[in-house]
Amino acid sequence: MTMTIATTIDEILSGLSQGARPIAGGTDLVVGSRQGKGTLPEHLIAIDRVSELAHIEVGAETTRIGSGVTHATLMTDPTIVASFTGVSDAAALVGSPATRNVGTIGGNVMNGSPAMDTGAPLVVLGAQAELASTSATRLVDLDELWVGPGRTSAADDELCTALVIPNRPESSGSAYVRLEYRRAMEIAIVGAAAAVTLDGDAISSVRVALTAVAPTIISVGGLDAVVGQPADEAALAAVSEASSEQAAPISDLRASDRYRRHMIGVMARRAVEAAARRASGETISVPVNRALGVGAQS
Amino acid sequence: MSTSNPQAVTLNVNGVPYPVAIDTSRTLSTVLRNELGLTGTKEGCDDCECGACMVLLDGRPINSCSYLAVQTQGREVTTVEGLASQDDLAPLQRNILAAGGVQCGFCTPGMLMSATALLDENPTPTEEEIRIGLSGNLCRCTGYARILDSVIQTSVEINS
Ligand SMILES: Cc1cc2nc3c(=O)[nH]c(=O)nc-3n(C[C@H](O)[C@H](O)[C@H](O)COP(=O)(O)OP(=O)(O)OC[C@H]3O[C@@H](n4cnc5c(N)ncnc54)[C@H](O)[C@@H]3O)c2cc1C
Ligand code: FES
Ligand code: FES
Repeated sequence: MTMTIATTIDEILSGLSQGARPIAGGTDLVVGSRQGKGTLPEHLIAIDRVSELAHIEVGAETTRIGSGVTHATLMTDPTIVASFTGVSDAAALVGSPATRNVGTIGGNVMNGSPAMDTGAPLVVLGAQAELASTSATRLVDLDELWVGPGRTSAADDELCTALVIPNRPESSGSAYVRLEYRRAMEIAIVGAAAAVTLDGDAISSVRVALTAVAPTIISVGGLDAVVGQPADEAALAAVSEASSEQAAPISDLRASDRYRRHMIGVMARRAVEAAARRASGETISVPVNRALGVGAQS
Repeated sequence: MSTSNPQAVTLNVNGVPYPVAIDTSRTLSTVLRNELGLTGTKEGCDDCECGACMVLLDGRPINSCSYLAVQTQGREVTTVEGLASQDDLAPLQRNILAAGGVQCGFCTPGMLMSATALLDENPTPTEEEIRIGLSGNLCRCTGYARILDSVIQTSVEINS
């Protein structure tokens, strides 16, 4: 087994084209190789020293979050907190400070777990993954990237270089809320993200996506009825019902499918409510779970 | 299984360069303990859950049981052995002893590393911020209150 420490993107791409696998923070890859769960790849290329991958760039139309940006940065970076707050809510819930210091958004997205916390907020914000290889660079919608638990449509020689998010219109807000049994080192039991844009008091657009209730992160469809309505009890109830209906959760030792189905509705309602409050200009600190006292209490 | 083929690397730990030849799959905690003899760092779960293995990488905490040693090349690792000076314990070490924050002591090195990083980044943490800072460290003995007290005491000393 070998590890090469890359300092440029070209070096990574050439390594991948020769069969090496990327390692960023290693918080999924190394932990996942334990206890017979899998073995480490024969050739690793460390991508955590490449400064271009660690940048957040605000362009005229989109914001580019380098794949190597850590959760610790996502939860505090002023641009992300101000404009893509749901991503910060999610990053702030990941693991412990140690996990957040080295764990990256690229690793979270490319690991492809249906329980990944940054996935649902990225989906509601319309993010695309930028994938690069020695031959081409392409942008892929996230619902085409994730094809099953732990599986992506990216080719083995493709590096995720960035997550690209359209800049938000005025009067927009986003939020991510997760059901958890304890306040740290938790995996989402279920989670929901929402992005809302308001026109006066009325919702002019709303997107909701769900964590850990299907083989991949899923978007909730059929929310057109709440567009044009205020984010009131009736609208929130409609979101909640649609989310519970469209979820396809499993039962395991952490929660039954019925409990998950019910609670995903509760989480979706809270996410939309928080996103709408943020869209109206209210500051709700990151993460929503702590600010509003949802999820586990102290 | 991956083939065993040691990689020659230099690890920088507590300001000392250590040239070693290690298998790429070795985690930092096993190399610190078994190759460098720095046994202050503990392994509790070896699965990224308990924080007994916490060390600092360029000043920020990582779980050394789940970080490949060769990936620390060119970076600075700090372990609990790096906290005290020749003659004196670090203020946080003194305070955790005085507060009764050490019982069996197994979690203590990891707690000290997380708390050191927290106080370096934020010398005036609130109690909530200390709880978050130590949220990756389990202690099965003390009930945490005295550990918390020692971090608060150290923060008061730093700022007076
Ligand atoms: C204690 C603990 C708690 C955790 N808690 C949470 C949590 O609350 N929520 C959550 O969502 N996750 C959690 N995780 C999982 C993990 O920390 C995150 O998914 C993290 O973002 C992974 O990033 P990484 O840089 O460490 O990825 P790595 O482990 O380095 O990589 C993960 C996978 O993605 C591939 N990869 C990495 N970067 C790229 C890239 N740029 N392009 C292509 N492929 C790439 C790797 O080859 C590997 O297959 C936790 C993990 C641990 C150990
Ligand atoms: S030994 Fe590393 S977290 Fe428990
Ligand atoms: S003192 Fe025993 S585990 Fe903390």
